[in-house]
Amino acid sequence: MDLALDIAQVFREEYGRSVAVLVRVFGDIDVAEEAVQEAFATAVERWPVAGPPPSPAGWIITTARNRAIDRLRREAAREDKQAQAVLLNAASFAPVEEGPVRDERLRLIFTCCHPSLAPAVRVALTLRLLGGLSTPEIARAFLVPEPTMAQRIVRAKAKIRDARIPYRVPREADLPDRLRAVLAVLYLIFNEGYTASSGSSLVRDDLCVEAIRLARLLVSLMPDEPEAIGLLALMLLIQARRPARATAGGDLVPLAEQDHTLWDPALIAEGRALVRRCLRRNQPGPYQIQAAINAVHTDPPTDWVQVLQLYDQLQVIAPSPVVTLHRAVALAEVAGPAAALATLADLELDGYHVFHVVRADLLRRLGRVDDAAAAYKRAIELTGNERERAYLRTQLDGLALS
Amino acid sequence: MTQYLLSVMQPVGPTPPVEILAAMAERLDVLNRDLQKAGSWVFSGGLHQPDTATVVRAKDGEIILTDGPFAEGKEFLGGFTIVDVADLDAALDVAGRLAEITTLPIEVRPFQG
Repeated sequence: MDLALDIAQVFREEYGRSVAVLVRVFGDIDVAEEAVQEAFATAVERWPVAGPPPSPAGWIITTARNRAIDRLRREAAREDKQAQAVLLNAASFAPVEEGPVRDERLRLIFTCCHPSLAPAVRVALTLRLLGGLSTPEIARAFLVPEPTMAQRIVRAKAKIRDARIPYRVPREADLPDRLRAVLAVLYLIFNEGYTASSGSSLVRDDLCVEAIRLARLLVSLMPDEPEAIGLLALMLLIQARRPARATAGGDLVPLAEQDHTLWDPALIAEGRALVRRCLRRNQPGPYQIQAAINAVHTDPPTDWVQVLQLYDQLQVIAPSPVVTLHRAVALAEVAGPAAALATLADLELDGYHVFHVVRADLLRRLGRVDDAAAAYKRAIELTGNERERAYLRTQLDGLALS
Repeated sequence: MTQYLLSVMQPVGPTPPVEILAAMAERLDVLNRDLQKAGSWVFSGGLHQPDTATVVRAKDGEIILTDGPFAEGKEFLGGFTIVDVADLDAALDVAGRLAEITTLPIEVRPFQG
């Protein structure tokens, strides 16, 4: 077994959990993050020699906690007031292994999604602290330069500390507002996991699983919130098709060509049941509608008229260029590629690779080979995912033959 | 506990009629009494118009005075409340009440230390 790879995987799976527990112990994000990173650095040195511990997550949390306490004691001995305060907080908190971890992460999510932070900052912070994503990955997901993102995260952490944004699940009255921000964050984590913005693996499944796990937790916490249910259903229905999304060799397979027998029937059944459960409440929202669209997709052959109707509804409730882009795909099936292409004319999505993928496909179907090739090339330029790039190159090469 | 400065951001222009200001003052009294009862009131007060201000500078061992506010702007500090509360959420709750009473934006800033 490749141990370096092993530690990297533990890092991705356990970073958020470890940071959340240590934030609770020390009441300070920077102390928690430094300690967890230090623990992983120690793991890189030790595990190859001594072998990985039976519970890697427990080892990381315990090691991080002990290291942080050692360091804080040294600093407290030098009359460092901040260190003394953090130590006091840690002393008042019983040692934690893996017990109450679920709620620790939820607490931290609500802190990261606090309304006193700008929306883009909330998402970035949650991906960093709970998703365990690196700053370059987050920067890519947001199409902003890396230094900008780094600065955004540092500033946000300082604000949480200095302005004392609390670590807790908000009280009942504030929950609905706070929830909306949390849902947006979870969906972004899921999307980042579904098509990782860099690297060679098409899906960073741990992020998808993480987003689904947190969404389940939210639904159990707020069973009367249809959008939370809608988001969970949406993720499950997308995740269900994941096994069919790539060939054994890792190449991307578009929805229309997927082997349906590879879809996960349990996830589809669960996702559809959730869609029915929230539709009964008759309080439609963006996630519920997108979940309904994906429910239609998991019942092949896709009823494109129904999909288009759902996108029309989505465009009324939550208009955005990305919705228009996805609607165009359905419109092409119902009214042809020319009508679909016309709706893309004014979209300002030049930096978004999916925009060029959709355009390329429509142009190809209209026989505009040169324009299609240019669009594929632009899409390839913008895609960080190696598998997706390979798929797009195949499409580009296919143009020459048509 | 953390202390927060809640600044009332007042636009330049005519002040509301006396009866509205009186009603406002009454509601502010209620808020301040509530804060005092909860042990979170530190200080509060309204300020005169910015043209009553004097800016003081120390330069080369001399004290130089300038008539008028430090910065001319569309808004100025109309008054402020200092509270001592558990966290930002608690400070934002007080700021919400202050915003409702004054109908003006409230800037919330934590004190150092």
